Amino acid sequence: MAGKITVALAGNPNSGKTTVFNNLTGARQHVGNYPGVTVEKKTGRRVYAGYDINFVDLPGTYSLTAYSMEEMVARHFIIHEKPDIVVDIIDASNLERNLYLATQVMELRVPLILVFNMSDIARAQGIEFELDQLSELLGAPIIPMEAQRNKGTLELLDMIVALAGGEKKYQPVKVNYGREIEKEIERIIALIETHGAGREPCHPRWQALKLLEADRQALEHIDSQEIIDGVQKSIERLEKIFGDHPEIIISDKRYGFVSGAVQEAVRGTVQSRYTASDMVDAVVTNRFLGFPVFLGLMYLVFQLTFTMGEKPMFWIEDLFGWLSSQISLFWAAGSTSPLKSLLVDGIIGGVGGVIVFLPNILLLFLAIALLEDSGYMARAAFIMDRLMHKIGLHGKSFIPMLIGFGCSVPAIMATRMLENRRDRLTTMMVIPLMSCGARLPIYALIIPAFFPRAWHGPMLWIIYLIGIVLAIIAARVLRSTLFKGRSAPFVMELPPYRVPTIKGTLIHMWERGWLYLKKAGTVILGISIVLWALTSYPKKDIYEVDYAGQKNQAVADFYAGVEQLNAAFNLPSESDLLLKALGAEREAIEKQAQYYRHEDEYIAAEKEKDSLIAVLEQSEIGRVLSEFWEVRRGIVEARGAFEEAVAGGRLKPEATEYRVLKSNLNITLADIENHHPQIYHGVLTYLDKVRAPYDETLRSIYQRRQSEDMTNSVAGRIGHGLEPVIGLLGFDWRIGTALIGAFAAKEVFVAQMGIVFSVGETDTGSEALRIKLKRTYTPLVAFCIMLFMLISTPCLATVAVVRRESNSWKWAFFQLGGLTLMAYIITLLVYQSGRLLGIG
Amino acid sequence: MPLSMVNSGRKVRLLAVRAGRGLQARLAAMGLVPGAELEVIRNSHHGPFIVSVKDTRLVLGRGMAHKIEVE
Repeated sequence: MAGKITVALAGNPNSGKTTVFNNLTGARQHVGNYPGVTVEKKTGRRVYAGYDINFVDLPGTYSLTAYSMEEMVARHFIIHEKPDIVVDIIDASNLERNLYLATQVMELRVPLILVFNMSDIARAQGIEFELDQLSELLGAPIIPMEAQRNKGTLELLDMIVALAGGEKKYQPVKVNYGREIEKEIERIIALIETHGAGREPCHPRWQALKLLEADRQALEHIDSQEIIDGVQKSIERLEKIFGDHPEIIISDKRYGFVSGAVQEAVRGTVQSRYTASDMVDAVVTNRFLGFPVFLGLMYLVFQLTFTMGEKPMFWIEDLFGWLSSQISLFWAAGSTSPLKSLLVDGIIGGVGGVIVFLPNILLLFLAIALLEDSGYMARAAFIMDRLMHKIGLHGKSFIPMLIGFGCSVPAIMATRMLENRRDRLTTMMVIPLMSCGARLPIYALIIPAFFPRAWHGPMLWIIYLIGIVLAIIAARVLRSTLFKGRSAPFVMELPPYRVPTIKGTLIHMWERGWLYLKKAGTVILGISIVLWALTSYPKKDIYEVDYAGQKNQAVADFYAGVEQLNAAFNLPSESDLLLKALGAEREAIEKQAQYYRHEDEYIAAEKEKDSLIAVLEQSEIGRVLSEFWEVRRGIVEARGAFEEAVAGGRLKPEATEYRVLKSNLNITLADIENHHPQIYHGVLTYLDKVRAPYDETLRSIYQRRQSEDMTNSVAGRIGHGLEPVIGLLGFDWRIGTALIGAFAAKEVFVAQMGIVFSVGETDTGSEALRIKLKRTYTPLVAFCIMLFMLISTPCLATVAVVRRESNSWKWAFFQLGGLTLMAYIITLLVYQSGRLLGIG
Repeated sequence: MPLSMVNSGRKVRLLAVRAGRGLQARLAAMGLVPGAELEVIRNSHHGPFIVSVKDTRLVLGRGMAHKIEVE
């Protein structure tokens, strides 16, 4: 290998820098943060002509002042990391503005290559470049490029290697700032040479210029008072001559230098690159049409995210289901091994529950990447600016807040588009108040249980509205206290619309998706294990209730019930045919419950039962058995089909469709009755009076035992311990326990309530849980639960992502504490005043 | 007069930006230097502005537009 080269990519935002970077490095990219700041740092490698080239994508900037974080990062990198070459990506269709940055890079005296990106667009506009002449005037080689078509990449690589290998010499030119300024520059250079360059030594001419521009950072790095005084005198002299700050004159001279070069070497009647773009904007940023177009697009984004994501979500769920059953196979049947429980319930349950959202996240980021890369995002910020202004933020903050209705995690990641740290932190802090998708199951459980039908919609709307109002208030308060200070003045480029490239969009999407996956693999994995342990330990050895005895009683009742069926089947009263057959079936089911379908034990139990029943069917009166199976299958299937058709209770009995389905069911049943009049009623009695109560009792025993385990576990004890505090909100220990689960992920609340109320597996459609809730709590408490869940404790994933994005635990904990406190106070006020008023 | 008073479609020349030095430099980097030709693309008298300068469309907050002196 001939050597290593570090190349920094600089350029204006919207100059196509990222596309060039993607072309240069392909998928060999690494995304991280610059140390100490939230600016994203992308690096990528490419081996070319025997060189190992490391590319660093600097943040897009308009200049190298100390105005924004991005500019400081870009500048710091060039000065301190000393890249071998800087490549400045220039939008060739907008030369003058883009070359302004190049003049400043030149002054840092780092070998520079100019890439004229979008040369095709420039040519289409009628611009012609005299590249050799222009290159001489600007003192840097120029590579024409069409990054969207990956043209010019190799030429750029050749130039990089030629410059690095010394085959080509870098011959910089100087921008002449005029006699007066040049004189002061010389004075300051002389001062620097005598008194030392301070803590940021770099090219003296650059340093002198920055000092003249009264650049905050350049001044900070000077130790010598002599230099500072000298610079102050120079500035005063220049202000007297020009009647304006030197930095204005200096930037004017830079534009002068650029436009001089452009006039020399660029020909053509220039058409605006905005002609087509302006036509789109006439609609999209229109005073009346802009807002509806915006809302329509946002609706599409959500639609895309949540409907298209549904299928893949099921696949991932299935995958994890399959995974846990495969892992379970390693243990003996019915094993209560803690390792199995940890792997299946703790890790797969916890991490799987987060990865399930990956399709949503990827689609959301795909949509955002499309909106960003096409140029629409800047228009959306323009449209929302007026509204957002009222809460002390500006237009760009709206986009992350909107994403927050889907999920806080990508929303907080999306705050990266805000330049100002105060704006960014304020937005980050209030995002969890946008009620995210994971909280919807909680509302869906509670609202129907406590509020009349007509109130369902309005209630949900009220909850969301409360979140929005609180976010507005919180943003205003934060903006006028902690994050005081003017928000970054709203200046933003509206780039011409562009068709995004597939490669660029996919890379964009994947970068963020990968971050999400990494988080699931680290933080969430750890937390899942902790929560699993909290809800599973300590185990109970002796239960307060004799569950085994209760189960034996249920089995005895089952057999007693079967014995009494003989008459209904015209069997002699002492016959044990049914008892033997149904008993064999019951035993097989009980055994099989501990195995999976493909395990040997499962199959063995099935065979044993079948052979036993086959023998019984051979007997004299055995024919009745075959008829029994047939009738039972008929009834069960007809009922199952009906249940499925009414969608598990979603279709109301009043509905016409329901009545049609019901009468179909009755016809089918009557048909079965006609064919088997002797035994039909016997089978019905078995199903409804013997089998159903037996199943119900077993389920109840299982759930009560689980609930007792839960009470005894650490989480249950914490719930009890919390009671004095949350009791003031009307919450009992059960809600307390569920709150701990909800901290891991909001939707866990529902499952956790299911466990403590011992109704077992719960989903939002669970009527059983609703009935129990209704018996236990008042509507006021129910409302308080929703209120608390809306405001309090952002989930763990949010805490982790805020920590990452704000680069400090401080803000993560501030948000966690602040929101929880706010939730407590508001819920307390609502509950206590509700009680005083006699509601609930 | 301040830029905020200029109606859509009018072309003006920038005289000065009355803002802190950092912001002045920032705006200069985006093309807003004294002497630059500006065209107001959209001024709806509430909310932000769209102007065209050096063949670039810029969105300026209303507060920003008050601080830009043009003729």
